[in-house]
Amino acid sequence: MNLDRLRPAILPVAAVVVALTIGAVIVAVDGSSPLGAATAIWVAAFSGPDAIGATLEKATPLVFAGLAVIVGVKAGLFNIGAQGQLLVGAITSAYAGYRFAGLSPLVHLPLCLLIGVVFGALPAWLAGVLRAKRGVHEVIVTIMLNTIIFNLTDWLAGGPWMEPGQVISRTPPIVGSARMGRVAGLPTGFVLAMLVTVAVWFMLEHTTFGFRLATVGANRHAAHYAGISVGAVTVAAMTLSGALAGLGGAVESLGVVGRFEPGFNAGLGFDGITIALLARVSPRAVVPAALFIGALRASSSELQAGAHVAPAIVDVVLGVALLLVAAPLLLRWLLRMPPSLSTAEVQFTRGWGS
Amino acid sequence: MRPAWVRRRPPPALGVAAALLVAAFLAYAIWGFRAAAVAGFAVRSCTPLALAAMCGILCERTGVINIGIEGQMLLGAFAGFFGAAAFGVVFGVLAAAIIGALGGAFLAVCAVSWRVDQIIAGAVINIVAMGFTTFFYRPGFVIGSLPTWQIPLLADLPLLGPIFFRAQPLAFLTFAVVIGLQVTLFRTTWGLRTTAVGEHPGAADTVGVNVARYRYGNVMLGGALAGLAGAMLSVEITGSFDRAMTAGRGFLALAIVIMGRWRPMLAWTAALLFGLLSGLVNQLNFDQVIDVPPQFVAMVPYGTTIVVLAVFSTRVRPPAAAGRPYP
Repeated sequence: MNLDRLRPAILPVAAVVVALTIGAVIVAVDGSSPLGAATAIWVAAFSGPDAIGATLEKATPLVFAGLAVIVGVKAGLFNIGAQGQLLVGAITSAYAGYRFAGLSPLVHLPLCLLIGVVFGALPAWLAGVLRAKRGVHEVIVTIMLNTIIFNLTDWLAGGPWMEPGQVISRTPPIVGSARMGRVAGLPTGFVLAMLVTVAVWFMLEHTTFGFRLATVGANRHAAHYAGISVGAVTVAAMTLSGALAGLGGAVESLGVVGRFEPGFNAGLGFDGITIALLARVSPRAVVPAALFIGALRASSSELQAGAHVAPAIVDVVLGVALLLVAAPLLLRWLLRMPPSLSTAEVQFTRGWGS
Repeated sequence: MRPAWVRRRPPPALGVAAALLVAAFLAYAIWGFRAAAVAGFAVRSCTPLALAAMCGILCERTGVINIGIEGQMLLGAFAGFFGAAAFGVVFGVLAAAIIGALGGAFLAVCAVSWRVDQIIAGAVINIVAMGFTTFFYRPGFVIGSLPTWQIPLLADLPLLGPIFFRAQPLAFLTFAVVIGLQVTLFRTTWGLRTTAVGEHPGAADTVGVNVARYRYGNVMLGGALAGLAGAMLSVEITGSFDRAMTAGRGFLALAIVIMGRWRPMLAWTAALLFGLLSGLVNQLNFDQVIDVPPQFVAMVPYGTTIVVLAVFSTRVRPPAAAGRPYP
């Protein structure tokens, strides 16, 4: 095996190791045992089939969110709205999952997934069109849409789509014909996530569309000169990104939560950004990055109950890891790494205009 | 030939502000206390936004996009509250400014020295701020409140008096920063060089302006303003700290920067319009003229932002070098 292929992994892995170390120090300073925290993570995330299943379930929407961010970044777009698109996918698929009861599972499940994909793509499409036609920066639009969508889903789950006779605002449970269960202990959602990862990787690396997307992302002027419709690629990339996020939300609703409940999907989109950067914008590295974050997320209640550590330590660790990956010079200085291991970073800011 | 001040077109903010003022007094004459309530709500809710927008203007005018305003505000709100709980409100406010400036320093190091993508660096600030303020949050603290100051005579003006001349320290600071920035940005050496660094750093460098120093200075100053805007939320307005209490205001501030065309007074006016819109919907709801679920009321500024940007974005021009590392 050619070891050079593992070189891009050195920086993220080093960042994760340093971040976990810093996290351990913070836990110790805070008066708890870092060893206890590590044990809690091990117990909750890896210690048996159930724990591993839980980790995979946590990792599943993260894979989709990471892929969504990556597709955008490849085209030079920062889809910070994966969070909102995921929520739309989650709530619309949950609605379809309880409303269209009585269908055969062969029809019902794909229909619910499709609804999540289409409605998740919708807000991203809007952001793409505004970017392409009106030059409005997608970061602003998708952030605004995040808040709008959050409020909209909050209202739907506590109003028109609320479970009758309940005090908690949430939708009724999704019926069996639309649920994604486990096959031999493996969550089907995770299997789907792996398949989609391969598809996205193939699309980006081996198709004309993927080439166009990367060309627009690398240099839009050159892309325009080469006859690529920059606007069309922008809209398509944003829409695809939203579709992936929407699928992530749908899988979360249909496979894990079993209904839509506000707050159950919080922060997934932002973890998507972390994953995209940890994976260095490579779809192949998304699954390990998502598994890492999924394991940490899966252990949050065990951290609280077993080790008496606030679960927000996970966010601290991820924040530090992200910081180190985003600012590679800092890590290089910390670990005295040679320059060749930490170069080639992402650059996609082109200012607000153009 | 006419003197320069006659030839210069009046600034756009003046026109909008004048129109707002006339409308406000008309409304006050007709609806009395209701109009005053809406106007008061508008100014109170837009002041933190306006101060945060000043951070955005300072950063982008020097060529650094700061989408970490949200995180800097959150850090400021956190440090302000717990600083005030430990050592008093004055210390809290100072701590907020300092931690905000540290957030700015991180962005400056990334953007200027390390040439990291500025949007990524800003997103990192947001995520890290969220994680740290959640992890280190401890319930059960109370703080003293900031005094309310009033300016003699002016505070007795109808409608305007209670809104602009009877306020708490950070609100007064915001008014001063907005007006001060409007003057200094366009009329002092520092301001003109700042603009030059954001438009064409190469040219500024050629005539001897230290681009890196200007970017570091302004981004840190902006960070301090964002931190103070956060302290305004926690120490001055609510007297408490909540997880994620900034609730996207830092991002709204970015949109206000664009709508205000990177001009302090115009941005303040844009923030005021936001506040008026929310205040109006609130009041109509309260008076049961309309019946809108609270979630839709919360959406108003965000929806407006998208519509306004979609309509006006092709007519605005950001600082040319915003987002680009130099050299």
